[in-house]
Amino acid sequence: MSNPLYRRDVISIGDLSRTDLEFIVNRSAELKHSGPLPLLKDRLIASCFFEASTRTRLSFETAVQRLGGTLIGFSDSGNTSAKKGETLSDSIQMIASYADAIIMRHPQEGSARLAAEVAGVPVINGGDGANQHPTQTLLDLVSIAECQGRLDGLSVALVGDLKYGRTVHSLAQALGHFNPTFYFVSPDALAMPAYIEDNLTAMGIRFSRVESLEEVIPMVDVLYMTRVQKERLDPTEYTHIASQFILKADMLSHARPNLRVMHPLPRVDEIHPSVDRTPFAYYFQQAENGVYARQALLSGVMNEAIELPFPGGR
Amino acid sequence: MSAMNRGKMLVEAIQSGTVIDHIPAGKGLTIIGRLQLKNAEVRLTVGLNLPSHGGGLKDLIKIDEWRFTESDAAEMALFAPRATVNIIEDYRVVRKFPIGLPERFVGVFACPNTNCITHNEPVDTRFSVLVAGEAVKLKCHYCERAFADSLFIEQGSL
Repeated sequence: MSNPLYRRDVISIGDLSRTDLEFIVNRSAELKHSGPLPLLKDRLIASCFFEASTRTRLSFETAVQRLGGTLIGFSDSGNTSAKKGETLSDSIQMIASYADAIIMRHPQEGSARLAAEVAGVPVINGGDGANQHPTQTLLDLVSIAECQGRLDGLSVALVGDLKYGRTVHSLAQALGHFNPTFYFVSPDALAMPAYIEDNLTAMGIRFSRVESLEEVIPMVDVLYMTRVQKERLDPTEYTHIASQFILKADMLSHARPNLRVMHPLPRVDEIHPSVDRTPFAYYFQQAENGVYARQALLSGVMNEAIELPFPGGR
Repeated sequence: MSAMNRGKMLVEAIQSGTVIDHIPAGKGLTIIGRLQLKNAEVRLTVGLNLPSHGGGLKDLIKIDEWRFTESDAAEMALFAPRATVNIIEDYRVVRKFPIGLPERFVGVFACPNTNCITHNEPVDTRFSVLVAGEAVKLKCHYCERAFADSLFIEQGSL
């Protein structure tokens, strides 16, 4: 089975077509059910975290090891030659000469794109500053497909900080390939940026702003919650405003049976723990899917053709 | 001699090089700044607030011994999108073309995003030009942010 990702860099969600996204979603489901396969056997992957990260780094490294690959790398830039003033370009060229692929996170926007241009091996972006974090979006898509049985034609509410949240921007862009209906729920000060709405309009995607969380719940298949950060709002308003974007179990009484609540985690208080015990909660399964989505991506990037024990998947 | 003829004389008085004409009045100094960045020793003759053909005022810059390419001209496009470039040889205009917005700017402007990697690495900045009606935005190839052209027009140097 050939794949569209072989030897590709994965820097920005906009680099991935609908075909690419479907490939990853299907491959992820297959790998989740097949159990560990040696798809990265004899491959050495560099895990370069110039900025600390727990969830992303551990899920990438778990994915590599579960597929039989080996790892080199670092978990923050403190002990690297970046501290000595080496440019990122030089560091990456050196690392690329050792490894078969590079996973990287870096605090500056554009770092992953630059790295991909100087590295002779594929680069996978694990987050470049406030810009892109494409594998978060991939695991979101994998989770949506898993819990809804489809990606096409879903109603999705994006809730919380829609202005600064790169997660929701990328998710909106990726789901845009699948004819969604979006509802945006946020404080006015943190509304979806005009350029994202303009892009959606250009793509012919339906979207509307909705004032209240309770109003939107009966209308959607996916309720994607994000955190409203205190520092983004006037302190005197924060308590009042943030409380309008907190989900509690009793608010879900009119939800569709197939509704699932998702969150990129970590959550603070925007999803009350009472929601965890409802059948609607899906954020922990979502986090688990981070490993399978990254396995799917890595196996595609590193293998020209893959024979799975049971082709077809979902 | 009328002011208009004096403007024409300025164009014709150059032996070899480039004349940028019809620069919006007030933008001439910005363009001079950019030209001097590219070549500190360039010899310039400048006319500011000259009367323009269609009424109003314009700036005009003569550049000795430097015949502009389209690419040189395109770098000035944000500052003077409706200016014209005259290539002069032996005191005669041998070629004339309007300054047009290019599809991209490479190595011309610094990225307004101070956390963009281009500020720390030995790499040319790259911006694609996005035009929506009258609005012009430049999108950074690296940090992927799009910025209004006014942010670049204010930039003194790379």
